[in-house]
Amino acid sequence: MTSQESPSVSQPPARPLWRRALGPRLRAAGLALPLVAFVTVTFLGPMLSLLTKSFYDPEVADALPETMAALRNWDGQGTPSDEAFAAVAREFVAARTERNLGRTANRVNRVASGMRSVIMGSSREMVEARAAAEAAGAATDGAFWRETMVAIDSRWAGPEPWRALEAAGQRFTARHYLKALDFERGPDGGYVRAAEVWRIYVPLFWRTFLVSLGVTLLCLVIGYPVAHMIANSPPKRANVLLLLVLLPFWTSLLVRTTSWIVLLQNQGIVNDFLVAIGLIGDDGRIAMIYNMTGTFVAMTHVLLPFLVLPLYSVMRAIPPAYMNAAVSLGATPFQALRRVYWPQTLPGVGAGCLLTFILAIGYYITPALVGGQSGQLISNMIAYHVQTSLNWGLAAALAALLLGGVTLLYVVYDRLVGIDRIGLG
Amino acid sequence: MMVGGALSPGYRVARWGYVAFCVAAFVFLIAPILVLVPLSFNAEPYFTFTEGMLRFDPEAYSLRWYRSIFDGDEWTRPLANSLIIGISATVVATVLGAAAALGLAHPAMPGRKIVTALLISPMITPVIIAGVGMFFFYSNLGLAQTHIGIILAHAVFGAPFVVITVTATLAGFDWTVMRAAANLGANPLVAFRRVQLPLILPGVISGSLFAFAASFDELVIVLFMGGLDQRTLPRQMWSGIREEISPTILAVATFLIVFALLALSTVEWLRRRGASGGQRAG
Repeated sequence: MTSQESPSVSQPPARPLWRRALGPRLRAAGLALPLVAFVTVTFLGPMLSLLTKSFYDPEVADALPETMAALRNWDGQGTPSDEAFAAVAREFVAARTERNLGRTANRVNRVASGMRSVIMGSSREMVEARAAAEAAGAATDGAFWRETMVAIDSRWAGPEPWRALEAAGQRFTARHYLKALDFERGPDGGYVRAAEVWRIYVPLFWRTFLVSLGVTLLCLVIGYPVAHMIANSPPKRANVLLLLVLLPFWTSLLVRTTSWIVLLQNQGIVNDFLVAIGLIGDDGRIAMIYNMTGTFVAMTHVLLPFLVLPLYSVMRAIPPAYMNAAVSLGATPFQALRRVYWPQTLPGVGAGCLLTFILAIGYYITPALVGGQSGQLISNMIAYHVQTSLNWGLAAALAALLLGGVTLLYVVYDRLVGIDRIGLG
Repeated sequence: MMVGGALSPGYRVARWGYVAFCVAAFVFLIAPILVLVPLSFNAEPYFTFTEGMLRFDPEAYSLRWYRSIFDGDEWTRPLANSLIIGISATVVATVLGAAAALGLAHPAMPGRKIVTALLISPMITPVIIAGVGMFFFYSNLGLAQTHIGIILAHAVFGAPFVVITVTATLAGFDWTVMRAAANLGANPLVAFRRVQLPLILPGVISGSLFAFAASFDELVIVLFMGGLDQRTLPRQMWSGIREEISPTILAVATFLIVFALLALSTVEWLRRRGASGGQRAG
């Protein structure tokens, strides 16, 4: 505090120390700032909104506030108070008249299936019952509604529909995650693992993991010799071979997927060829697409360059003298390959495999087009819940779980390779 | 290359196996792409080689599927949309990405590692995850089913490519040169234009090509966020494959293969120029 404020006479009038120290830092940071801001808004914002949607679901709570307030004191046994009956009737009838009860009913139905028909069926008769009571000048209080609703649908006399309403009305909820992990509501309202035949998502995550692993290993088996050949060819030939890897890399994903359909479909080129040379009969055409085989082959083709390119750049830097030295010291070529060459390529193997695996695990377009029913992966299920079933909370939870897995892999990647060292071939 | 003479027959077999395996792998990589090109000249509405084509009968080949691209707006509108979205996204990505790379490459940049990770993250997040988040977020902002929404999304996916390629051109850049320029009286803008810009230009161009190609080929975001007015080329191909696959799609595919070849040649040419320039400097 004191040293800066005592100006020494000999010092020339320079920019203040903090500006000299901070100036370049500020300028560098200032250059990066616009993109940082842009990424924060257009990318981190969406990711945040994804995570929020996975555990924050205010729709039912907003649609039925009085019901939720009345249910707060209920112990979950038997039926709730008359107040709750009156509140639910008021809100059902109002929402029914404004024609927006359907959305709420859908939400509750996701917590306990069957609730949509309970709500929609009861509310229709409740509107009529209220009209009739008002015409007769009768009171429409809680006791009246308890009697009427139980008469309309006896399920209102039990705890189940009330528990479903209460659960669906939680603003902050783990239910999307529980559903995404194949837990379902048991009879007592708690969550239990679904029966094995009803488990959808965990097996699908598992399948996605295995397919990605399989595709990655296949890419490694094919890509390792390929990268080796490019790295050890004379420059002219290496350039041509590299082109054969780069052209698929740059070609549109849809073009590549189209070509696999053209090649592998029933009336496709491969089947035609096999029939023409008499290997299979015309009625024995092999189903190579619209199933897991299609997903596997097309994904391997799409992802192979992502493994070859990092591997190639590592292999190019390995001096051939090492292998020659190993051989002249008496190693067989295979020993030299295993003990000298392979260990040196491990950084490239790790980087390439991890990149391929991470890309594979989020693949959507290719399985959707060539996977048929059996070749679908978790991303196809996410897209289904976004676009078709409109169960966005569940889609968000599934995506968030996938994101968690991918992030974990990146931590590994960062430890092994360094996250800022991702190259572009 | 290998030590000769004492090579066992086993080794020779392995050597041949290796070559054969690699040739097969290269065929696997390239054949599926090349096979589409002759098929796109098929005179019949089939996706397989007709007997006439195999006999090289000129009658069996035609340009009808190329003509049908320009019949009506089924393919021309998506092409226009793809170009509008791609070029706009590329401009945004290139300007922001190049500036950020200049900052990141500067030795005084604070928190380089975390900032790099943040800027790269859109490129390495599975698109399906980003797509779901963007669908929620942009819908709330009223940007779903608009060109702007898709342009912003594609720009944020494209910017990392520019950051990476431009940062690469600045590796080993001697920053004292900039101070020298300043001492010689150049203001920062002049110093940038005369010293750094020529150096990073190849990186800027390849980065923007990567960004454009990424947008030109992007489908997940368009599927989630695009409406009828935002149909892009990949979106139209998606419908084409799923609904009524017509050989016109093969003509479009051939066009996209030519585009890939051009983009790839440009990037490789720039890289080689950059590499030889670096050698000259070093």
